[in-house]
Amino acid sequence: MKAIIGEKVGMSQIFNDNGVVVPTTVVRCKGTTVVCKRTGDKDGYDSVVLGYGVAKHPNRPYRGIFKKLGILPVKIMKELRTDNLEGISVGETISISQFEVGDKVRVTGVSKGKGFQGPIKRWGFHRGPMSHGSKSHRTQGSLGASAYPSRVWKGKKMAGRMGGQKTTIKNLAIAKIDEEQNLIYIKGALPGVRGSYLFIRS
Amino acid sequence: MGEIEDFNVGDKVRVFMKMKEGEKERTQRFEGLVIKQSGKGISKTFTVRRVSYGIGIERIFPLLSPNIEKIHVVRHGKVRRAKLYYLRGRKGKSAMRVKEV
Repeated sequence: MKAIIGEKVGMSQIFNDNGVVVPTTVVRCKGTTVVCKRTGDKDGYDSVVLGYGVAKHPNRPYRGIFKKLGILPVKIMKELRTDNLEGISVGETISISQFEVGDKVRVTGVSKGKGFQGPIKRWGFHRGPMSHGSKSHRTQGSLGASAYPSRVWKGKKMAGRMGGQKTTIKNLAIAKIDEEQNLIYIKGALPGVRGSYLFIRS
Repeated sequence: MGEIEDFNVGDKVRVFMKMKEGEKERTQRFEGLVIKQSGKGISKTFTVRRVSYGIGIERIFPLLSPNIEKIHVVRHGKVRRAKLYYLRGRKGKSAMRVKEV
């Protein structure tokens, strides 16, 4: 299984072989390392923990963990379940050369925060009539039945904070790989603001 | 990317585009007035306008497209606008009138 952590640079476009423009998001993937391995005997399952970047001001407990592992403290970590732990060693750098152009990947990140939004934007509700005496323009309609349950169901879709959530987008194709600059060009849009961390895996 | 002569809005240009028809590849020409440039970097485009048989045709080309073989400047024009939208409403002789440098 291929996986790497990167930073969103922004969107761009490239021309494919037919001269057709492909919209892409550029991700810088420099400095992904293997932080530790989890094995079935010890932890109950097999996985690899990947780390990205170097933490600037790690606190004492965090520093202690990494001192024990013998590597520099990383900024963020992501765990990846895997069946094959062979050939993976702690501290090893993961390069982008494992990916190929045309690979389908899924990308996880934190989406852009949208603030407090109404039900129309947040959940795609329909709006009310704008005229003919109507006063319910962008308000929500009914919240439920009356006699039973005589209350609003838990989890009812309503206005509130939108965005800033973990989002995964699947089936994105890799359009280009720049090994010199450690950049991956992925077709389409990716979640999050520029500079946010993205977890790319096949 | 082919050879591209320096051009600006108001210039009359001839654009040579590579066209693929099945297996065959041929070059198509499009000649007209540059009425607009937009975007920057790799996404920069320009719009060429020509009037053929009384019908105005505008074509938008990506400047850095690999399908552009050549851009030849036929005539440099002098204009005082960045976008020559005012030509759209014109008919006949005045539709392409731009002062020559």
